[in-house]
Amino acid sequence: MINKIVNSIAESLADVKDGSTVLIGGFGGAGMPNELIDGLIAQGARELTVVNNNAGNGEVGLAALLREGRVRKLICSFPRQADAHHFESLYRAGKVELELVPQGNLAERMRAAGAGIGAFFCPTAYGTDLAKGKETREINGKHYVLEYPIHGDVALIKAEKGDRWGNLVYHKAARNFGPVIAAAAKCAVAQVYETVDLGNLDPENIVTPGIFVQRVVKVAREQALKEAA
Amino acid sequence: MSAIPEVKPAKSYKPRSRDVIAARVAADIPEGAYVNLGIGLPVMVGNHLPPGKEIFLHSENGILGMGPAPTKGEEDWDLINAGKQPVTLLTGGSYFHHADSFSMMRGGHLDICVLGAFQVSVTGDLANWHTGAPDAIPAVGGAMDLAVGAKKVYVMMEHLTKTGESKLVKACTYPLTGVGVVSRVYTDLATIDITPEGLAAVDIVEGLSIEELSRLTGLPVRAPK
Repeated sequence: MINKIVNSIAESLADVKDGSTVLIGGFGGAGMPNELIDGLIAQGARELTVVNNNAGNGEVGLAALLREGRVRKLICSFPRQADAHHFESLYRAGKVELELVPQGNLAERMRAAGAGIGAFFCPTAYGTDLAKGKETREINGKHYVLEYPIHGDVALIKAEKGDRWGNLVYHKAARNFGPVIAAAAKCAVAQVYETVDLGNLDPENIVTPGIFVQRVVKVAREQALKEAA
Repeated sequence: MSAIPEVKPAKSYKPRSRDVIAARVAADIPEGAYVNLGIGLPVMVGNHLPPGKEIFLHSENGILGMGPAPTKGEEDWDLINAGKQPVTLLTGGSYFHHADSFSMMRGGHLDICVLGAFQVSVTGDLANWHTGAPDAIPAVGGAMDLAVGAKKVYVMMEHLTKTGESKLVKACTYPLTGVGVVSRVYTDLATIDITPEGLAAVDIVEGLSIEELSRLTGLPVRAPK
């Protein structure tokens, strides 16, 4: 019998190695897998390359991982935010490297990794500073920039429900990067508020099929997250 | 012969308020359009969409059919917009993941996006993501994706900087977001099309002549047809 549901967050992250590339879901606070990130802090892996749209908010989740000095490099589209002060001070002190990536490239580079694409040409950023030094090509009169996939060792995902085969559904716009990073990582770990029996998720409505998910761990539903205004 | 020149008031016109600019943009959005409103000033366009028309608002984080802000106490922090403020979903709306969302943006599926800008060039180059200040933390988000992907890129901005320089320029001095992407600019002084022949006013605020508009812009602007 296949059972991807593991009993604890500690168990779900036991084998994360120093130097790993960790893809983390979430757009701002929505979809940020805070419990898994707390587990990663406790697990102790260091020198991580982290991929997330933002650079952490306040003191929780990715902000806490940065604060603890575990992140060597951040690949990110929008790190500038009023409450991203941990990233800002580390960045200004030269203690964390930043690769700034247009948001669509961030998503598509991970999608490409999950889909087995070796590289792709994309019009975004052509003629801008973010395309400097990159290969370009004119295709049918339009200019494109060559972009390479971003593969993850681990993906940390916040989903709503999961079953023992790893099938996932999400809640509203918290879905954001979840399905994309699940496919892009060697080991995708999903935290869910509810584990359900096989057959309980409507096959027509499964958002991430279990083939992309290696581990599912149940977490308690937190109090409504207070968001910095 | 009178030697006394006529004293003119400092301004013969009243610049459009941000709400009036937003309403002017909204008037150009047809029913059925798929539209992305950039963070900042363009968000205001949403307040001026005519209630009788069905217009689909897209939010880059994975929402189509985005509705207005919820009433206080009804916020769901899993349902936020690109500016990370709580929103609602209209009946018939949908959620999708980020790669799908940016396929909508980059694949030419959005009819219109409305963006703010530091500068727009006479050839439609857009600068809106970075001031170029060496100590600024760079952040781009979806700006470059919207700039290249939407069928029409509208810019909404003040015509002049606080120090009186035109934001419509011959060539952008700020770092570019996209090359030759802007089709129309809405400012507090005029609505101006970017055409292969240069800037062409669609309408001008009352009391402002085309000569004075061109002088303020520092570039020739053709009079409205």
